[in-house]
Amino acid sequence: MIVIKNISKSYSDTRALKNISLRVNRGELFGLIGPDGAGKTSLMRILTTLILPDSGKAKMDGLDVVSDFKKIRQIVGYMPGRFSLYQDLSVEENLNFFATVFGTTVEENYDLIRDIYYQIEPFKTRRAGKLSGGMKQKLALSCALIHKPKILILDEPTTGVDAVSRKEFWDMLKKLQTKEITILVSTPYMDEATLCDRVALVQNGQVLDVDSPTRITEKFPRKIIRVRSDETYRLINDLRAYEKAESVFAFGQFVHFVGINDEVETSELDMYLEKRNHKNILAEEIQPGIEDVFMNMQSNI
Amino acid sequence: MENDKIITVQNLVKKFGSFTANDNLTFDVYRGEIFGFLGANGAGKTTALRILCGLSSPTSGEVKVAGFDIYRETEKIKKNIGYMSQKFSLYEDLTVSENIQFYAGIYGISPKKRKEKEALLLQKLEMTGARHKLIAGLPLGWKQKLAFSVAVFHDPKIVFLDEPTGGVDPVTRRKFWDLIYEVASNGITVFVTTHYMDEAEYCDRVSIMDAGKIEALDSPANLKKTYNAKNMDEVFIQIAR
Repeated sequence: MIVIKNISKSYSDTRALKNISLRVNRGELFGLIGPDGAGKTSLMRILTTLILPDSGKAKMDGLDVVSDFKKIRQIVGYMPGRFSLYQDLSVEENLNFFATVFGTTVEENYDLIRDIYYQIEPFKTRRAGKLSGGMKQKLALSCALIHKPKILILDEPTTGVDAVSRKEFWDMLKKLQTKEITILVSTPYMDEATLCDRVALVQNGQVLDVDSPTRITEKFPRKIIRVRSDETYRLINDLRAYEKAESVFAFGQFVHFVGINDEVETSELDMYLEKRNHKNILAEEIQPGIEDVFMNMQSNI
Repeated sequence: MENDKIITVQNLVKKFGSFTANDNLTFDVYRGEIFGFLGANGAGKTTALRILCGLSSPTSGEVKVAGFDIYRETEKIKKNIGYMSQKFSLYEDLTVSENIQFYAGIYGISPKKRKEKEALLLQKLEMTGARHKLIAGLPLGWKQKLAFSVAVFHDPKIVFLDEPTGGVDPVTRRKFWDLIYEVASNGITVFVTTHYMDEAEYCDRVSIMDAGKIEALDSPANLKKTYNAKNMDEVFIQIAR
């Protein structure tokens, strides 16, 4: 549905995208996972025909992003990272505006947005600028969907959004997927990767890996030991001082330890920490998560 | 124990017209603690944070920050706290060194002392080579580290961090927490808001606000026990949903 071939893009001396190639299948919920500055927004702007690539080709549902840009705009819904609706128009007026621009009506495609829009409908006369963050996000999504796009592109829809609203948003995306919309979504939250069918891990304009979230973690070759004791900060420092430590980082309530090789045993960490008077020590081998994989790849480029 | 309280909040109420943004908050924060201040968007965190920083007055209630009264001694409070928000407080068109000079100047640090501290700081942040670079051209992770370091440059008693780690990669985010742990171990109290629930685990105690009220306040371990939850994410969802 989306084919990206050797796309590069630079802004003066910053290389935002370095020869990126990707394919997104029809009906897929595909995630671009990476921090600020990875190149996610540049890639999305090229796909939505808002900027031109320096080199390379990209197609959306068979249409070329440069020569067929007008046709692409008819089949793509785009929600930019920054709220870009009309702040001084009401909720209803914004929605009507976008429907009219695309030559349709709110009634015609109401089915598609019902689940999302009904939550903000009670406020339909309120100006968009006066909505809370969560409501703005729902309105923006409604506006991006009102012309029944084949492809939906969402640039960090959950950034700065609390954990509850983030969960609700992903539930909405899953529902849209059942309506045969291909979704490309970017996020800096690694935990959201597991909600996608496939993900591309991106950093510094490059794709580090593309696969299903489970495959990405399964094929990770390194052994990860999670460790806990009563004093997290001292634990981190002591583990880093251990001669066989390669990387040591806090992971929620645990500290994740990767050794210089995979021979490091949990029992030797136990002994080492006991000698340093740590209390309630727990060290166990675990399956890595997406964040472990990302961090390991990042330190290897 | 009373001496160890760096922030005391009693029955804090803040209303905007008929809307109650902070509904009778009561809590204490202890010296040297990393205190996580969580809540959904619109729960009232920013309102409370602004009051604690002396930028806004409560409608009613008693609040003391670093021993000073929130109604009468806001200027003293400001001297004793540091603040960093997601929308950095650094000047984009000044260099790294100029930003440090500016903040040191505001807080009345002598040029001699500033020079010593600046050299040490830049060395620690591995930014000595970037001294004369404009902030605008720095990577986000560097800006965050620097904004934080500037916020604690005058050795405040408390530093307030409002969603300090948004948008950076996982390694940079963790390195930022290394800095937080370090200042806390030096006795500076850290008061932090975040949407990353794994970061809630790094706090000594966490409060969770919903609709203007504090619904829970305890150590992450106790909260997980109370709510019978695997992690802080589950605790948060139970409270804020």
